[in-house]
Amino acid sequence: MKNVLNKLSKYKVGSTIALTLLTAIWSIPTVGLLITSFRSRDVADTSPWWDAIFSPVNQAWSLDAYSNALSSGGMFNAMVNTLVVTIPSVILPLLVAANAAFAFTFLEFKGREIYFAIIVALMIIPLQSALIPVLRAMVAFQKATHIQLTGNFPSAWLIHCSFALPLAIYILRNYMLSLPASLIEAARVDGATWYQIFWRLVMPMSVPALASFAIFQFLWVWNDYLIAFIFVGEQKAVMTYRLLRLLGQYGDGWLDVAAGSFISLIVPLIIFFSLQRYFVRGLTAGAVK
Amino acid sequence: MDPLLSDVLFGILAVILGTAATLGLYWLLDRLVRLLPLKVQDKIKPLGFLIPAATLLILVLVLPLLQTVVWSFMDDKVKTFVGLENYITLFTSPDFLSILLNNFLWILVVPAVTVSLGVLFANLGNQVGPTREKILKSLIFMPMTISFVSASTIWGYLYTNPAPGRPKIGLLSAVVEFFGGTPQNWLQIDDNRLNSFLLMAVIVWLQVGYSMVIISAGIKAVPEETIEAARIDGANGLQVFFRIVIPQISATIMSVFVTVLILVMKVFDIVLAMTGGNFNTNVLAFEYYKQFFVDSNLGPASAVVTILLILIAPLMWLQIRTVRHQESLR
Repeated sequence: MKNVLNKLSKYKVGSTIALTLLTAIWSIPTVGLLITSFRSRDVADTSPWWDAIFSPVNQAWSLDAYSNALSSGGMFNAMVNTLVVTIPSVILPLLVAANAAFAFTFLEFKGREIYFAIIVALMIIPLQSALIPVLRAMVAFQKATHIQLTGNFPSAWLIHCSFALPLAIYILRNYMLSLPASLIEAARVDGATWYQIFWRLVMPMSVPALASFAIFQFLWVWNDYLIAFIFVGEQKAVMTYRLLRLLGQYGDGWLDVAAGSFISLIVPLIIFFSLQRYFVRGLTAGAVK
Repeated sequence: MDPLLSDVLFGILAVILGTAATLGLYWLLDRLVRLLPLKVQDKIKPLGFLIPAATLLILVLVLPLLQTVVWSFMDDKVKTFVGLENYITLFTSPDFLSILLNNFLWILVVPAVTVSLGVLFANLGNQVGPTREKILKSLIFMPMTISFVSASTIWGYLYTNPAPGRPKIGLLSAVVEFFGGTPQNWLQIDDNRLNSFLLMAVIVWLQVGYSMVIISAGIKAVPEETIEAARIDGANGLQVFFRIVIPQISATIMSVFVTVLILVMKVFDIVLAMTGGNFNTNVLAFEYYKQFFVDSNLGPASAVVTILLILIAPLMWLQIRTVRHQESLR
């Protein structure tokens, strides 16, 4: 027994060193950018960022890149726009997918397995495959009704919501399958309708899966460029859109992009760390056995 | 009113109204179902839960998908059928064959590397004690929250190589020079597709955190007894890991692998921000973007997506099989 413990502690030191080293390597790009974002243009162009680590005091630190990103880059407006795109794009698919996942888990109907297999297959469909037809349909709809869809938020919500559904249904169903069936049975015996069971029993118990999908979807929508570019566009530009414009055609605006990137990181980091404890539990309910 | 303020109000209103409307829709569907005679009710009760999801999936995913396939046989303006012309043009162009080669490399390299590093990190993380594990793993997960656009800037900066005489500010060049090599314009070197591999590093860097977190949960769920038993039988650490742990988490590994693979097929922002598809770094998803937005060639763009779909099709089968397998384990 003592021998085993000894071995374990030896493992621990070795593993700690190895993992710390790997983590350090993994953090190099972020650290480099973080340091750069606080330097002035001339300094960043003439001395490598790692110089700043070795002599932090003699550096000309500067907040220019941040003020550039916020003023001429419009990062603040962009953050508001990104929030407006993202929040409904997370909440709506969660509601729709949870309902569908409930039906796939607890209700018996003909062809259930086949329909679910189709959902699983749809998980892999790349977004691009639907873009042109959807865009054209929206333009046709606009001409017919004069309701502006493109260049506005609802079109992005619709696309994000629809394309999130297969994965959301899959994750939520996986989780719901792990809920105790006896509870549902008991509620049925007590005369609860399926609607009541869903809202009062299944939804509250599915919080870990809902939260972990919410993190995923949030990160994905927040960092998405393609849909924001096509469907929301320049009028209500989101952060990724602004960052790419800041970068410029020849990449000469990277200092401002560095600052802008850290501005755009704040919200996802808050979301991730506040929902983190649910993340793994919700995602791995079905996959990990 | 200030346009920003009106956008904010619009957003808040949309969240409230959208949520309320969605909830109301489900309530209404439930009411409607319950108006019907009991016998019918029992048959169609799933519809109340499924109709909204099914409508969205059919209207926004399935029908447009079919439309895209049909349009891939039509001309630039999708007005007249041109048969296989788009495909013939694509497959006889050396540029497109180079794109396919790149995609093939991305598919071959990125998921495998991401999963392997995820396994390595997860395994190390499980051996260092809870506090250290939490801190170190959070740091490795951090890139997950960075957008492809930002990540491309970060990495572009590491790869940068200013003209001779200018100060050296790129890390890669500095490291290469330190070991006696010559700094180069890394992203322009397509010998052995070096630049494509440099782009792949970006997505691996972003996704390893996800892979690590999921695989780590898998490793933790492996029953202790199976490991103890192997130890008693005299297996060493490596043997335990590869013969006992890995087989038990194969389903988890598979699901991470497929998730990353799907992402790889779709990724185009990295190529857009780092090389603009030049220097032989183009991939299918970016070629689609170019055909559609830069050149407005709707037919050829549809053909590019259809080829992407055909490449993905075997994955669907694999995905369904993996899910079936997981369900059979319940």
